[in-house]
Amino acid sequence: MVQFAWLIPLLPLLGFIIVGVLNKRLNVAMSGGIASAAVLFSFIISAIIFGEVAREGSIPERVVLYDWISSGNLSISFSFLIDRLSVIMLMVVTGVGTLIHLYSIGYMSHEQDHPRFFSYLNLFIFFMLLLVLGSNYIVMFVGWEGVGLCSYLLIGFWFKNIDYSNAAKKAFIMNRIGDLGLLLGVFLIYMTFGSVNFNEVFISAANLPQNNAAVTAICLLLFVGAMGKSAQIPLYTWLPDAMAGPTPVSALIHAATMVTAGIYMIVRSNVLYALSPDASSIVAFVGITTAFFAATIGLKQNDIKKVLAYSTVSQLGYMFVALGVGAYQTALFHVITHAFFKALLFLGAGSVIHAMSGEQDVRRMGALKKVLPITHLTFLIGTLAIVGLPPFAGFFSKDEILAKVWMYSPIMFVILAITSVLTAVYMFRLYWLTFYGEFRGSEHQKNHLHESPVTMTLPLIVLAVLSSVGGFIGMPELFHAPHFLNEFLSPVIFKSSHEEASHTFEILLMSVSVILLAIIMYATYSYYVTKKVKPEEDSEELDSFAKLLTNKYYVDEIYAAIITKPLDKLAAFVYKYIDQGLIDKTVNNTGTALNGISGQLRKLQNGNIGAYIFAMVIGIITILVLTMII
Amino acid sequence: MITLLLLFVPLVASLACLLFDKAKVKVFALGTSLINLGVMIYAFTLFKSDMSYQFIVDYWWVKDLGISFKLGLDGISILLVALTNFLIPLIILSSFRIDYKNANAFYSLILFMQFALIGVFAALDGFLFYIFWELALIPIYFICLFWGGEDRVRITLKFFIYTLAGSLLMLIGLIYIYLQTPGVHSFDINILYSTALSSADQSWLFWCFFIAFAIKIPIFPLHSWQADTYTDSPTQGTMLLSGIMLKMGLYGLIRWMIPFLPEGLAQWGNTAMILSIIGVVYASCMALVQKDFKRLIAYSSVAHVGLIAAGILSLTIQGMQGAMVQMLAHGVNVVGIFFIADIIFRRMKTRNLDELGGLANNTRVFTILYLIILLGSIALPLTNGFVGEFLLLNGVYQYDAWMATFAGLTVVLGAVYMLRSYQKVMLGEPHARSIEFTGLHLTEKIVLVVVAFAIIVGGLYPKPILQTAGPALEDLLAQVKDVY
Repeated sequence: MVQFAWLIPLLPLLGFIIVGVLNKRLNVAMSGGIASAAVLFSFIISAIIFGEVAREGSIPERVVLYDWISSGNLSISFSFLIDRLSVIMLMVVTGVGTLIHLYSIGYMSHEQDHPRFFSYLNLFIFFMLLLVLGSNYIVMFVGWEGVGLCSYLLIGFWFKNIDYSNAAKKAFIMNRIGDLGLLLGVFLIYMTFGSVNFNEVFISAANLPQNNAAVTAICLLLFVGAMGKSAQIPLYTWLPDAMAGPTPVSALIHAATMVTAGIYMIVRSNVLYALSPDASSIVAFVGITTAFFAATIGLKQNDIKKVLAYSTVSQLGYMFVALGVGAYQTALFHVITHAFFKALLFLGAGSVIHAMSGEQDVRRMGALKKVLPITHLTFLIGTLAIVGLPPFAGFFSKDEILAKVWMYSPIMFVILAITSVLTAVYMFRLYWLTFYGEFRGSEHQKNHLHESPVTMTLPLIVLAVLSSVGGFIGMPELFHAPHFLNEFLSPVIFKSSHEEASHTFEILLMSVSVILLAIIMYATYSYYVTKKVKPEEDSEELDSFAKLLTNKYYVDEIYAAIITKPLDKLAAFVYKYIDQGLIDKTVNNTGTALNGISGQLRKLQNGNIGAYIFAMVIGIITILVLTMII
Repeated sequence: MITLLLLFVPLVASLACLLFDKAKVKVFALGTSLINLGVMIYAFTLFKSDMSYQFIVDYWWVKDLGISFKLGLDGISILLVALTNFLIPLIILSSFRIDYKNANAFYSLILFMQFALIGVFAALDGFLFYIFWELALIPIYFICLFWGGEDRVRITLKFFIYTLAGSLLMLIGLIYIYLQTPGVHSFDINILYSTALSSADQSWLFWCFFIAFAIKIPIFPLHSWQADTYTDSPTQGTMLLSGIMLKMGLYGLIRWMIPFLPEGLAQWGNTAMILSIIGVVYASCMALVQKDFKRLIAYSSVAHVGLIAAGILSLTIQGMQGAMVQMLAHGVNVVGIFFIADIIFRRMKTRNLDELGGLANNTRVFTILYLIILLGSIALPLTNGFVGEFLLLNGVYQYDAWMATFAGLTVVLGAVYMLRSYQKVMLGEPHARSIEFTGLHLTEKIVLVVVAFAIIVGGLYPKPILQTAGPALEDLLAQVKDVY
């Protein structure tokens, strides 16, 4: 079956073309149905291949489609790599992808332009699959930029709204800054190893000494790419804005799949990162800063999707910390569990927004528990999973990250632990404000409240189940259960930290976190439900720290002030004074000057015979004088 | 023989246009350009991908002066002749909705331009090359002068004199090298190539040739004729200039400069490289602040060709091949994007980005085609632009990593100005005027679909281009590196 791997990306591509071409001739059920079926079939093929790879534990297999770009000794084939890492990613992308496609049929049922939506969604899946399947950095880059394009198209799906299309543009441009880093990294890989194929690069890298300058540079350049795609400081500000897109898009692209591409790439390049502790420590540093920083912003957001967006940025930070400390499997573990619970939370939020007639502000919600029973329950599971309550999925992966970080640096552990507390605070705040207390919306919204249709609730239920049990693929050693994920991935991870935290520490960590979570849950309940405290309205005066958080530390404003505006001003200045002024003027003046000189010269031939004779006489005299002197 | 056919079909057609019925001259011009495209395809089937010149035609012209009428095609020139023959029918078709005054003269000049351009790319004699080079200037001058915008007289004159001044430098250079040829002097390219030139000579000759080509390309800071000329020319004139004519300069670098002057290149190549790279970022920044859609594209074009020049000057096989791919890609894409601008201008009567908006609301096909062309010009993977830009930047990176990083800013800036203009034209609420924006007419659709198709095919399967030019470029690099 492995040789049919090309079908996996091809099916969504066909879906894109069919839905795109038939367009308005399709109703929602048909356009959504075709698109969902395409991804579902990809999922089935992926599952079969996953089974084969798991059973046979086979050697990684390359599926070459054709020779794409070759120039000199640079040879790039359009080819896929089927190994244990890519099959896991295939399962996540097509699995979660199918559920979100299905959900979208309900969510987008009132949307006129649904074929455009579904065709973009399929195109996204196509590029995402290229990204994880590519057997060299260039095919990966194709997917990498392609998902960026789809992200652009889908964030700006409602293109009449200029704010939305600004958000889309911002996402694309910030990603391109990262992409430039990635591209330069690829050039350096080619210069250093003479190839861009994963296999060849990693084999020749294995012979290099640690902290080789070129390898460190490569790792850092690739990481710049990861910062863009996976929304890390300083390139994260596009992700909260990306919430302008329809909610299924936020769930699929901006939570479960695309934004984890940076983590995938580093796991894929783990051979290189393991060789460069310097680069790795920078990855860890950026990750932990982002995790903490984004979590604090999450505390003060009132838009249900914005809270989740900052939470995504923060959780991605966790994953980079894991990568930085060399725990590649753990990072991937968190990618998987995060895909489940964050997709669940976003879809849950979408269900809430759907019921609330488009309202996203938690200050207008409340008491939705009764009217949205399924949404409520599944959202609760998602919340418990993300805050890391055992035995929900997030617990295992987060616990593993914390344990690995403890072995690496206790200070970082403390920061990350505080971040976990913050996570619990903003998530419970969100949960209580949305589902408990009194309803704070308008009468019209109240009358319109309804549980979502089955195409929407079914994916919620499936994801809730996965968020509940998904963590069991990686149980800590303490439970004497096999860590399936670690074992499965061991052939593709070159070298990872095998140090395990002691059992005492594990037990301590677990019990403390359960107790802490219980306290936070209770405290937030009494604050937001019992005392009915609700977040300040925009008009209210905030104390300075709250204001700083509400305004996201003014990072957007700072970027505008130090980059965007100066660049525009400088360009306008240069255009006016240098381009049109200096350069063009010089050219024109040269022309005028030549004109002037020739004008003067022309006067010599003015046809006046007297002047000619005069000049002649002067000439003759001069000659005579000169001969006499000489 | 086939070279003569490629060359003279357009010339004969050009003359015939003058005699043809005015109402049908468009169709006639299109028909003959398609015939030449057919000949081109036939030539490709006969072409062998090795480094030699093929389809050689060689007659004495002025025997006493060693000037011959020698034409031939290798992997480099055949691609550019192909580009010319591919774009001319599109350019003619793009004019089908417009009724130009004196249409006979208009189409005659376009076809004459085709003749001269093919001559430039196929000439294997220095003097002949120069003749065609200057000949190509004449039709475009008249096209811009007679059918251009308001300020056309001043602008075309500037353009004409500017490029002519550059060409004269080239002529001096060519004659100087010719005078150094051993025995009976000759302009034959192979003899010119094998002429030994002292290092000091190469040093000043470098600037003669480089300035001539740099004006045509154009390379910063010799670009100031370009934005005005592109903006004020009729769209077909702009397409001819940006799609094909500026490739004359790039082709000149490859064929008529680098092989003569390896030592000159060793002395000054780095300076030329720096200018090209500055131009890439500089022009991108200028594109950021343009309000006129055509002017914006003009500056973006300066950025693109600056990178192509840098790729050539990097003297790496990736840079050279990237240059070939990008010359074709840029030619196709820029014709597409200028046509987009033209379609909008003719319907909306403005090119000011601030006055446009919301066109995506009622034109689905147009939006899709515009988007594909835009993606090609910002080099998204799976478009032709990506293959070119990737190889170019890779070549520049091998030359100097920091230069590549700086030039790479075009990856970001290109997205900024292209998406900004797309947003301003297409997105947002439609306003009163944009509601009247009508769908595409058949000929418009054909042109844009062909362009979009070429963008995607070029991105998916660039192999034929790479293979055609590969051996000739490898050979050229080997010769230069020998001397280096």
